[in-house]
Amino acid sequence: MTNNKLNKNEWPLWEVFIRSKAGLDHKHAGSLHAADAQMAIENARDVYTRRMEGVSIWVVESKQIHASDPGQSESLYEPASDKVYRHPTFYDLPDEVKYM
Amino acid sequence: MILEYILQLADDALIMGHRLSEWTGHGPILEQDIAITNTALDHLGRARSLYQYAAEIFNALPADKKTEVFNSVAINTTVQTGKAIDEDDLAFLRDVRDYRNMLLVEQPNNDWAYTIARSFYFDAFCYYYFGFLCQSSDATIAAIATKSLKETTYHLRWSSEWVIRLGDGTEESHKRMQHAINELWMYTGEMFVASSADSAIAQAGICPLPETVAAQWKNKVADILQEATLTLPTGTWMQQGGKTGVHSEHMGYLLAEMQFMQRTYPGMEW
Repeated sequence: MTNNKLNKNEWPLWEVFIRSKAGLDHKHAGSLHAADAQMAIENARDVYTRRMEGVSIWVVESKQIHASDPGQSESLYEPASDKVYRHPTFYDLPDEVKYM
Repeated sequence: MILEYILQLADDALIMGHRLSEWTGHGPILEQDIAITNTALDHLGRARSLYQYAAEIFNALPADKKTEVFNSVAINTTVQTGKAIDEDDLAFLRDVRDYRNMLLVEQPNNDWAYTIARSFYFDAFCYYYFGFLCQSSDATIAAIATKSLKETTYHLRWSSEWVIRLGDGTEESHKRMQHAINELWMYTGEMFVASSADSAIAQAGICPLPETVAAQWKNKVADILQEATLTLPTGTWMQQGGKTGVHSEHMGYLLAEMQFMQRTYPGMEW
């Protein structure tokens, strides 16, 4: 009961994604509380970009994020572990090719 | 007169910043605690640049003129040693009568609505006034104003948002926001009343009179209050005095807290 009451009075939670410079992807920076999207962006500006961390902010309400189930990780991820041929590691690279 | 003028701008910024900094650790929610502290730091940064400029001008004065600028014993004692003063001396060694900030910025925080109303009135003024200062014929003032204007644009957005949220929020928030808007109204007139420093600066063509932005300010305030479903106060009687060093009772307490460390341990560095 008390928990419900507390949640009712609290602003919704938002996930914040920051692009650190033009051309890079937005990366998850953290989360914060705000009454709506506009306030979430402003709060994100103050909480996550105070030290010049970003040039662009995305926010999405946390409840809108759907996550994979950690309990299914065996079936989801382990089948990939014995399939080394999916990595491009079987090519001989000429010496002239750098940065691979 | 340019020295007095710069101190006026600097004192507004310092006292506003100090008032906002009093919220640090007490904000209504973590995110807003950080936001208001950031804003406080913007004001302190602006104050620092202006005090540095003021100190530079002061230090260039002839020795006999230097002792005529301030009334405060503490700063005059430092001046008499012949040592150059700096921004910290200006902030921490002057008493109430030597401060030239407007009365609005020294008013206490009371509650979130008061804090927002005070910021809103002040931010709207700075937003338009600094627009003119950016064009100042004094290069240092113009440079400080250009940097400040970016910060002020955000401050005004933040305080306007809150006026709208609280005004157009619940019955209780509406009531308290309207109350704060009404109570602080009588301190807004002073923003547009030219002090002798303002007049001298305008005469010298350095910056226009503050009344130049009065109409824009009022339009902005009216627009936001309307959006917030709040009523624009109509009172015409205005308090004034801060710009000439005659302050409200709150100012002494504010300085006592702000200056305590430097007065108790003179010259300490931290």
